[in-house]
Amino acid sequence: MPAFIQMGSEKHFSSLHTTLCATGGGAYKFEQDFRTMGDLQLCKLDELDCLIKGVLYIDSVGFNGHSECYYFENPTDAERCQKLPFNLENPYPLLLVNIGSGVSILAVYSKENYKRVTGTSLGGGTFFGLCCLLTGCSTFEEALEMASHGDSTKVDKLVRDIYGGDYERFGLPGWAVASSFGNMMSKEKRESVSKEDLAKATLITITNNIGSIARMCALNENINRVVFVGNFLRINTISMRLLAYALDYWSKGQLKALFLEHE
Amino acid sequence: AFCGGHGSLDKSITLPPDEIFRNLENAKRFAIDIGGSLTKLAYYSTVQHKVARVRSFDHSGKDIENEPLYEISVQEEITARLHFIKFENTYIETCLDFIKDHLVNTETKVIKATGGGAYKFKDLIEKKLGLKVDKEDVMTCLIKGCNFVLRNIPHEVFAYQKDSDTEFRFQTNHPNIFPYLLVNIGSGVSIVKVETEDKFEWIGGSSIGGGTFWGLGALLTKTKKFDELLQLASKGQHTNVDMLVKDVYGGAYQTLGLSGNLIASSFGKSTTADKEFSKEDMAKSLLHMISNDIGQLACLHAKLHNLDKIYFGGFFIRGHPVTMRTITYSINFFSKGEVQALFLRHEGYLGAIGAFLKGAEQDNPNQYSWGENYAGSSGLMSTSPDVYPMQRTRSGTFDMLEMDRLERPLVNLPLLKDPSAYIPDTVDLTDDAMARKYWLTCFEEALDGVAKRAAASQPDSVDALERAEKFRQKYWNKLQTLRQQPFAYGTLTVRSLLDTREHCLNEFNFPDPYSKVKQKENGIALKCFQSVIESLDSLGWEERQFALVKGLLAGNVFDWGAKAVSDVLESEPQFGFEEAKSKLQGIGRSVVEGPPHKCALIFADNSGIDIILGVFPFVRELLSRGTEVILACNSGPALNDVTYSESLIVTERIAAMDPVIQSALREEKLLLVQTGSSSPCLDLSRLDKGLAVLVRERKTDLVIIEGMGRAIHTNYYAALKCESLKLAVIKNSWLADRLGGKIFSVIFKYEVPCK
Repeated sequence: MPAFIQMGSEKHFSSLHTTLCATGGGAYKFEQDFRTMGDLQLCKLDELDCLIKGVLYIDSVGFNGHSECYYFENPTDAERCQKLPFNLENPYPLLLVNIGSGVSILAVYSKENYKRVTGTSLGGGTFFGLCCLLTGCSTFEEALEMASHGDSTKVDKLVRDIYGGDYERFGLPGWAVASSFGNMMSKEKRESVSKEDLAKATLITITNNIGSIARMCALNENINRVVFVGNFLRINTISMRLLAYALDYWSKGQLKALFLEHE
Repeated sequence: AFCGGHGSLDKSITLPPDEIFRNLENAKRFAIDIGGSLTKLAYYSTVQHKVARVRSFDHSGKDIENEPLYEISVQEEITARLHFIKFENTYIETCLDFIKDHLVNTETKVIKATGGGAYKFKDLIEKKLGLKVDKEDVMTCLIKGCNFVLRNIPHEVFAYQKDSDTEFRFQTNHPNIFPYLLVNIGSGVSIVKVETEDKFEWIGGSSIGGGTFWGLGALLTKTKKFDELLQLASKGQHTNVDMLVKDVYGGAYQTLGLSGNLIASSFGKSTTADKEFSKEDMAKSLLHMISNDIGQLACLHAKLHNLDKIYFGGFFIRGHPVTMRTITYSINFFSKGEVQALFLRHEGYLGAIGAFLKGAEQDNPNQYSWGENYAGSSGLMSTSPDVYPMQRTRSGTFDMLEMDRLERPLVNLPLLKDPSAYIPDTVDLTDDAMARKYWLTCFEEALDGVAKRAAASQPDSVDALERAEKFRQKYWNKLQTLRQQPFAYGTLTVRSLLDTREHCLNEFNFPDPYSKVKQKENGIALKCFQSVIESLDSLGWEERQFALVKGLLAGNVFDWGAKAVSDVLESEPQFGFEEAKSKLQGIGRSVVEGPPHKCALIFADNSGIDIILGVFPFVRELLSRGTEVILACNSGPALNDVTYSESLIVTERIAAMDPVIQSALREEKLLLVQTGSSSPCLDLSRLDKGLAVLVRERKTDLVIIEGMGRAIHTNYYAALKCESLKLAVIKNSWLADRLGGKIFSVIFKYEVPCK
């Protein structure tokens, strides 16, 4: 950030005499620096207000004639998975899940009326942070690349690992994760997994957790459409498809996961 | 000798039979819950112990004048007891061998088993014990066990309280326990809604649980053991690893009211830092991450189902104050203080209790009331290394719970104003450190005298001295445990200290050390009865009321339980009733005016002068005014308190001398009942069902509670629906001081409920 502001100062941004609108936490954190180092006055706008305005605007103009908003059909089937357009003309009420470093969940009732339902600190920053520590990777892209080649079932303990199959009493399928990183309690298993497996497990854990929380919020707020946005999902098809599947499965088809091209 | 092999089954520890696997000979109905590292074994057995019984003599042709009032005989009685023992899996083989060697009963063919380990150890158990293993579903057992402890063990539930002298705040057991949410945090998290005894539903779960903490923790910090990870976490600073709101905003996120110190992204600093993180910081961050996530999900489910109480269990919680703290914080945050995070004292035993109940369904254990046996039960977290780091002795690796089956079901007094808010005890010693220190010292100092008296009460027994010494040692150890961990058995109160002492006395076959003393005093008092009545009858009405109350209080002075009094009584054998009356200080005026009550319930205190010369004249007065009287006495002995069976004999003798009492008995206007208690104190939420029924039937509208144990140590603040009178003489100078008076001051609390 200081380097950026310095550049702005060198290029005389302040002589442009236009309002520099800024949002996000940094607009507050760096406001002072912008003024002193770059002689720039920021017009601070709340990030959630901006987020919602942005979502509604971008959907209204579309994406080169295509729909901005889409969903997945058959998300877990590699062959048959399809991105299909979704009409957001009558968007309300909507649950908006913004996954950045952390997560904010908003319930939107109208253009002017929304509330922040809750948030979670287990977000994109956690995925990336844990990956760096576990695998030594240094960029988000690298972390995702590793994850795409890994097998999380070596790292996680599944229902079938405990019960030998489905746990019928609770309606839990054998493939569901019973304990994330649960196999890592054993020294032998720790020594037998690869960095890719760990990256994948981290991705799955964070993604499923966000899906769970989003689902519970949707139930509590009585909303059945959930839009996922944020940088965590940028180029992250694995997470998007997993969210789509999980939301559909655990809600027995009652909830729909939606995405935007320009999340 | 102890020789542990790393990871191998320990074969050579010797188990002292009196301490750990007790009463095995007649054990039946076994159940076992084998978890990842701990095994819990349950069995039902009978315990033989001595009970003092009283019986009227057959008077034909005997010398009535010199004969004792009644016959005391010591008999063997059998009570049913549930035993639960917890130990590490490494000892499983040794324990099974031990059980096989001591088990005599051959009726049992089956052992109920639950827990993941039930699969792994099935063959070993079947081979060693010769019993068939019958597997039960773990969640079903957990819920059944949970229902049982919630119903039967007072002070089972506690909440974590920050910034308090002792961090655990125990809750009163609500009469209706359903519905509730149970969150079990093992490797993963299960969330179960329990609606009735048999109806429960898995409503959700999470894969981020104890296994995640352990697994990720091991990967990040190279620490192999769960307990060690927690130790690391307790020393770490998560702010070095997590990205906080202030890291993003430079301060608080004002518009939403999010504090700058909130975690915006767990492990969020990992991406930007150049340096390595310490193990402690990473462990702390992990702990917060997981606790917060579980708390959030639990709150979301609680909200959906409209529940405001969540019970937490599972190895992530068990015995770990640091996880209880973080979970409590998380629940408070996400529910904005509307939902309570609660923990169970016997959480680790739930599965074993449930498995046992499944096997014992024929006996219908739920129709009985059960009580915790303090003598045989270990305290909370007796094996937790964080809390009790000194506990390295072999027996420290075993933890026990014993529950005695009570003969009669216990229920609430119908006259309690608000049963769910009723707390019997007046002072909470877990909270009040000064009071705690005083009372623990007081009981320590009195112990020698109690042990001596116990031995002296059985002069014909060869091993009385030996048993008395064992009693002394056992109770002493309990007191030391309570000094270290006041919360070991729930809320610490004078009542629990007294009850523990009684349990220990019973344990070593001293069921009624004062039986002979009581018998003698009853005899002497009966001889004075008629003259007392005559002098009362000669007084004017108002004077008589005052004299009756004074007499009631004076009689109450005669209490061996109070050191001050036993000092006097021991040094002045002629100390009589009249002298007692004059020793009382500051009696307030007391006249019971107004129309006579329909029915009075009197909870009596001491034997001898108290009941015969204090209570009975008062009872007689009430009866003459047309008020019915229910006289409630202890079911079992405690100190020199009058027991129900003694009261029957005493009443019979009085009736022979007094027509008022005689006709009241005949017309059933004077009724004698047992309270269901064997304590010097009184818990109005656990009374004999028969008493409760009678109270309702007779429309009792006046309750009289006498004595320090029942009216001051307990029930001083009890609120009833009807009029009540609490009477006692303070025989303890510290307590007198506390309450603002002098020793031998009088408490006379007459309360009328507000409309």
